[in-house]
Amino acid sequence: MNYIRITNHQTIPVSDIPELDYNSFFELNTGFIIDHPERHCVNYFGYHVSNRIKLICCIADDLTHEIYVSSCSTAIQTRLQAFTSKLLCFEKFEREIHENFGIDFIDHPWLKPVRYAFNRADRTKTIANYPFFKIEGEELHEVGVGPIHAGIIEPGHFRFICNGEQILHLEIQLGYQHRGLEQLFLMKKSMLQRATLAENITGDTVVGHTTAFSYLWESLCGYQASRDVHFSRTLALEMERMAIHVGDLSGVCTDIAYQLGSSVYGRLRTPLINFMQEWAGNRLSKGLIRPGRNQFPFTTSLANRLTETFNAFEPDFNEISDEFFKLPSVLSRIERTGVVTSADVQEIGAVGMTARMAGINRDIRTSHPYSLYPELKHEPILKHHGDVYSRVQIRKLEVNQSISYLKTLISQLPEQISPNADLNKPGANSFTISLVEGWRGEICHCAITDEKGELALYKIKDPSFHNWLALALSVRNNEISDFPICNKSFNFSYSGHDL
Amino acid sequence: MFELYKIVFHQGKQFIPNVTTAKVPGIFRGRPIINSEKVDETELVELCPAEAISASPVSIDIGKCTFCGECALRFPEKITFTTDYKISTNERERLIIKEGDEKLVEVNSETVRREIHRVFGRSLKLRQISAGGDNSCEWELNAANNVQFDMGRFGIEFVASPRHADGIVITGPITENMAEPLRIAYDAVPDPKIIVLVGTDAISGGLFADSPAIDRGFLDQYPVDLYIPGNPAHPLTIINGLLDLTRKKELNR
Repeated sequence: MNYIRITNHQTIPVSDIPELDYNSFFELNTGFIIDHPERHCVNYFGYHVSNRIKLICCIADDLTHEIYVSSCSTAIQTRLQAFTSKLLCFEKFEREIHENFGIDFIDHPWLKPVRYAFNRADRTKTIANYPFFKIEGEELHEVGVGPIHAGIIEPGHFRFICNGEQILHLEIQLGYQHRGLEQLFLMKKSMLQRATLAENITGDTVVGHTTAFSYLWESLCGYQASRDVHFSRTLALEMERMAIHVGDLSGVCTDIAYQLGSSVYGRLRTPLINFMQEWAGNRLSKGLIRPGRNQFPFTTSLANRLTETFNAFEPDFNEISDEFFKLPSVLSRIERTGVVTSADVQEIGAVGMTARMAGINRDIRTSHPYSLYPELKHEPILKHHGDVYSRVQIRKLEVNQSISYLKTLISQLPEQISPNADLNKPGANSFTISLVEGWRGEICHCAITDEKGELALYKIKDPSFHNWLALALSVRNNEISDFPICNKSFNFSYSGHDL
Repeated sequence: MFELYKIVFHQGKQFIPNVTTAKVPGIFRGRPIINSEKVDETELVELCPAEAISASPVSIDIGKCTFCGECALRFPEKITFTTDYKISTNERERLIIKEGDEKLVEVNSETVRREIHRVFGRSLKLRQISAGGDNSCEWELNAANNVQFDMGRFGIEFVASPRHADGIVITGPITENMAEPLRIAYDAVPDPKIIVLVGTDAISGGLFADSPAIDRGFLDQYPVDLYIPGNPAHPLTIINGLLDLTRKKELNR
């Protein structure tokens, strides 16, 4: 076989990944996806092996619950046929490989820099001279927004080409947040430092990224987490999902100037994150998740507090949501606004909520299960219109779903057996992939160790990495005044993308 | 219409009446206290992921600390984190908490620039700039403006344009790619103006201090008026820090 099938959080020797010549590599991986809507690329990256570049491509199959991994070795300055010429979903991955290693991809329509990483191949390209797409025309004008935005959010540049009030094209330029995270994972040697780094990938998905890191690290070190560890992670993941969804509902209300919804949703987020502080001492759950450990055991009194929190939260949340979803002034702003069709979502390989809002069932909790999700028999919530309304509804329904999951979970607390074990050193020459469904969608971490068991590569993929394109597509032919709600309804991560 | 009033009524009173004395719920890692217990100091220093702990005598630099609490979990007899969220100050060295040190971290009104009380004492408009921030301090800065913490009641608000601002609030370790936009925004703020650093990443670079993708040159050039530590900084830390800086005299009177 010219690829290897592995499951989520499985560690294999690097040498088990078959190495193909580029043509077979190309045919294999594009062949996996063409006419197979149940498959998509979860990660495709390169790294230096002596004087060559090794490319590794990971395709997830939702039906077999497996990940197909294959590799290819290529020279540094070379020209290769782009996967993107056949499949748009490889667009971002190939741009990243181009930026980092100077490999030119033939027939790639859009070979532009991704994030201006400090270790990019061509240092003469700087973020100040990004090559924006231009359309000439007397009636057209450009609107540039950012990198610094009007509110308290992260930086990124949006360049609109408009015809009057109507957006013809939006180009999103990122990279301002680039902190060299993947390099720091190699530089910082202790497990605790790496866990803290994972926490700081993006502050709105602390639990998601740290859980992905923890499962990956435990797998690399050959450690099986006990039930109470899985329990805490599942609980924290769902709490994070709820808190962000509620906060974003508040944001959407602000952007359509619906003051009551903005205030009520805004204040409803507080009890959720305050509960995380009661549990672990940090409102955004920093410090809670660690490989091999359950630092803050979930006690009966915490379970009671959580029940109290939900009892107070649910009626108020449902009340404002009922009102929100029947107000004509709200509906006129969010229905049929910012539509991304199901076909487009499929084509760009979007994941998580962004896929589910257009009827595409893509959810790691069911397709590549981990933690206690198999027991919860998770059913992804799907919406079909691909507009702001669908995205807002998914958020509302996922909050209700998470509450019911958590109620089930805390009805039977696990025995606290976690020995706070010190993990072994990671195995030598190993490869591990870790997929976790954060609130935005699938988070993918990959690690490769060298012959001494030290990290040789740490690769992070936030769902925003391929989802940002969905925002650019959603605003086409919309009025520019609807951009804020389109943006907020997705709420993609800048820092998770830029790393 | 009646439905709307019902919703408003169901919210009750959400605002925190006194943000200077409010208690934070549950456990919270605020100002640390280090007692004189003898422990293996080398092990303690090596444990800290952020290199915030120094030995003999043991001290914690809360400008570097990520507040992960690992030291307090492993050495509970040596280090405890109190729930004291008032940890903002205008002098960098005050963020270093030494063994046996139980005094509060606060703004030294003697060294606050004179025009700050006079010009910004009743109204302060700030422009926030995220320069590699991970969106956690940004969330908490937004939270400081929500109906519960309601920082606006003190006349402290965030504005969209640097030209309308009295100063900038920086989050994140300042990436190379944001260095130029940061400088442009700062230059656009009219004098007199202040610089506030929020979060560990901004104050010291945190875990990113030795990253090759960081450029902290901006901070070598301009004076910092307020350090608000935390990872992320708690909204109460933010509000009390800004109040402490701008109205010290009024509070003492």
